[in-house]
Amino acid sequence: MTAEESATTGADLLVKALIDEEVEVVFGYPGGAVLPIYDSLFKQNRLRHILVRHEQAAVHAAEGYARSTGKVGVVLVTSGPGATNAVTGLTDALMDSVPVVCLTGQVPTHLIGNDAFQEADTTGITRPCTKHNYLVKSVGDLARIVHEAFYVARSGRPGPVVIDLPKDVLMNKHDYVAPKKPVQHKSYRPQVKPEAKKVEQAIALIAGAKRPVFYCGGGVVNSGPKASRLLTQLVRLTGYPITNTLMGLGTFPASDKQFLGMLGMHGTYEANLAMYHCDVLINIGARFDDRITGKLAEFSPKSKKIHVDIDPSSINKNVHVDLPIVGDAGHVLEDMIRVWKAKQPRVDHKALKAWWAEIDKWRARNCLAYKTDNETIKPQYALERLYHHIKDRDHYITTEVGQHQMWAAQFLKFEQPNRWMTSGGLGTMGYGFPAAMGVQIAHPDALVIDVAGEASIMMNIQELSTVAQYRLPVKIFILNNQYMGMVRQWQELLHGGRYSESYMESLPDFVKLAEAFGAVGLRCHEPAKLDDTIKEMIAIRKPVIADILVDKAENCFPMIPSGAAHYDMLLGPDDRAAKPVSEEGMVLV
Amino acid sequence: MSVPQTISSHTISVLVDNEPGILARVVGLFSGRGYNIESLTVAETDAKENLSRITIVTAGTPMVIEQIKAQLDRLVPVHKVRDLTVEGPHIERELALVKVKGTGDKRVEALRLADVFRAKVIDAKRDSFVFEVTGASDKVQTFIGLMEGLGLVDVGRTGIVAMSRGGEPL
Ligand SMILES: Cc1cc2nc3c(=O)[nH]c(=O)nc-3n(C[C@H](O)[C@H](O)[C@H](O)COP(=O)(O)OP(=O)(O)OC[C@H]3O[C@@H](n4cnc5c(N)ncnc54)[C@H](O)[C@@H]3O)c2cc1C
Ligand SMILES: Cc1ncc(C[n+]2csc(CCOP(=O)(O)OP(=O)(O)O)c2C)c(N)n1
Ligand SMILES: [Mg+2]
Repeated sequence: MTAEESATTGADLLVKALIDEEVEVVFGYPGGAVLPIYDSLFKQNRLRHILVRHEQAAVHAAEGYARSTGKVGVVLVTSGPGATNAVTGLTDALMDSVPVVCLTGQVPTHLIGNDAFQEADTTGITRPCTKHNYLVKSVGDLARIVHEAFYVARSGRPGPVVIDLPKDVLMNKHDYVAPKKPVQHKSYRPQVKPEAKKVEQAIALIAGAKRPVFYCGGGVVNSGPKASRLLTQLVRLTGYPITNTLMGLGTFPASDKQFLGMLGMHGTYEANLAMYHCDVLINIGARFDDRITGKLAEFSPKSKKIHVDIDPSSINKNVHVDLPIVGDAGHVLEDMIRVWKAKQPRVDHKALKAWWAEIDKWRARNCLAYKTDNETIKPQYALERLYHHIKDRDHYITTEVGQHQMWAAQFLKFEQPNRWMTSGGLGTMGYGFPAAMGVQIAHPDALVIDVAGEASIMMNIQELSTVAQYRLPVKIFILNNQYMGMVRQWQELLHGGRYSESYMESLPDFVKLAEAFGAVGLRCHEPAKLDDTIKEMIAIRKPVIADILVDKAENCFPMIPSGAAHYDMLLGPDDRAAKPVSEEGMVLV
Repeated sequence: MSVPQTISSHTISVLVDNEPGILARVVGLFSGRGYNIESLTVAETDAKENLSRITIVTAGTPMVIEQIKAQLDRLVPVHKVRDLTVEGPHIERELALVKVKGTGDKRVEALRLADVFRAKVIDAKRDSFVFEVTGASDKVQTFIGLMEGLGLVDVGRTGIVAMSRGGEPL
């Protein structure tokens, strides 16, 4: 064979490279610029392609796939509008540190810059919303770049990577280059192992604490399931309380007595007060987001702070810490446990007992309590019942964005990581449904539920067609309050109850809508019938929309209004008159 | 813990892969995150390894400066980030081309001052000069200031390049 014959087209090389990266599924949508890739996909059966109905959904599906498996999610879209439609998903993946590789078509190299048909400056547009991006200018670079892209997407702090592929590059021929293992990137080498000295200092600080709290986040999920097991082990060794961020739910079993629930704007009273009053704060894989800190000047003012993070730019960004440890959560936790066991430190039992007693007092406020009602379904009640029926099943939860998302975080319990997918950093309405499709593809036999709001679900409702095509039995559990509830809540609390444009006029009949797409639609508005509806939803091996009509006026509490301190929490509807929101707080989001 | 809030200027050297888009990445980082750029220079410095060196002068509180360095370092094509301002003594240089138009006394005075500043005449016409002046930025600035009264018509400045003193590489 001559070299020319043995060489392969760029598109075939790409598919080969994806297979070598152990990709099993690609979420995509075709178009002129990527036709050679679709042709290569057609000729093979190792890679499965899932045809979505909008490119944004392809990225969210890849995110759901990635977050529920720990693998890299893969997206394939065409040039121009295909790429621009993917931008929201890429930004979402960047904010939440989700590993995604997105392949975008591009006009042939000789037309770049000519305003050619369906040309967009994809690398320019996606530079700020990706961890890294590439424009492949020659087929000779293609395989190497693909391997590098996967390495960049999954290592260190994970994130989305775009590879822009001009059509001529896909059609030119070249030899294949296999991935090198282990990868040695020439400039990108995240620090995985922590400095031993710092781990020892951390253990000394932790062991000497009188009022400690662990504050752990998405970084522990990113590190892999082992990190969550190690975290659980360390937290139990110490006997200290722990709280999770929205992104960290599941890294410590929610049913454990040491768990204080989620912290932050809609976190529990006990978690937030523990943060305020603690003397040692142990942050593992969380980024001191503004939903957590509230008013910075009053954030955990009395504590020494330890911060474990793989990304040095997360450290000292919002909150100055006393002991930064750069490294992978799993590695750091392993070292911490080893040092703890070797030193057998004697903790201050008396102080800890007093600390727990104080925490138990806060717990006794029962901050998630809500008024039940025999007439209307309270959204919290709907979630409690949902949890009751799914807790013994293999299940995964995704959410849209709004009140329902926060209630889901408060009322569903997560015992394991990778079971909870939600858009935290960007807060993208329309995330949950396509993410659930991605999860279902990865876990075909599991129960996958998108806890949705009636407004959010409209943002990617077209994906009903995708779940129909692939027979994905995703359940959409709509907490239908006929409002953009979260917006309405802010308008009620901050804008004098002027509900400007937050009422959802002209909602579709969700039951008929489901039926139109070959799915099953259920509706329930009576508390007494809720259990039956949930059971029916679970039993149906098809996609289902369960339209649960809930109390329209319910607000999500506790709530720390923007710009307020942890102790300034609104615990319920009767609490707010006493605590007007400051002007400073009004400008914040 | 409280941290000082004073703003100071820092000169940062960044070694990067010389690839398309790298400058946009760095500049986009600064504009996107609201950091300021007082001066930025870039050119290939190692053709064999395909590396460029970017010198950035920026200002901020200590926390912001730390953040800028961490953000630069996490760009994939960045090899090294060094804060010359905090890492011991260093030298900064800038070059400017300064065009001055005039005749008579002013022309003579411009030439005399150029001599004092060791600026070179690199173009001369009967009624104009172009001077090349090199040095620390304040010297360059002073020279330009003096020329203002003597028929200054045009200035081009390179921005700062910088290097640590002593035998160590970046
Ligand atoms: C309507 C709404 C309300 C919200 N309210 C709340 C709220 O009340 N409470 C709340 O907690 N959140 C809330 N959020 C979410 C919030 O905006 C943030 O997304 C979230 O708090 C960030 O979680 P995190 O700190 O765990 O960081 P993530 O965004 O998960 O970041 C992970 C951190 O870990 C690091 N990391 C990554 N990989 C590793 C590794 N292998 N080892 C070590 N470190 C690693 C990263 O560098 C990063 O610093 C809300 C969101 C919405 C949309
Ligand atoms: C794409 C997008 N646009 C706008 C917003 C702002 N936003 C946040 S929550 C929300 C309302 C969500 O309403 P719904 O899905 O019904 O959920 P609910 O709060 O009622 O539970 C809006 C508009 C957003 N997060 N995402
Ligand atoms: Mg709603």
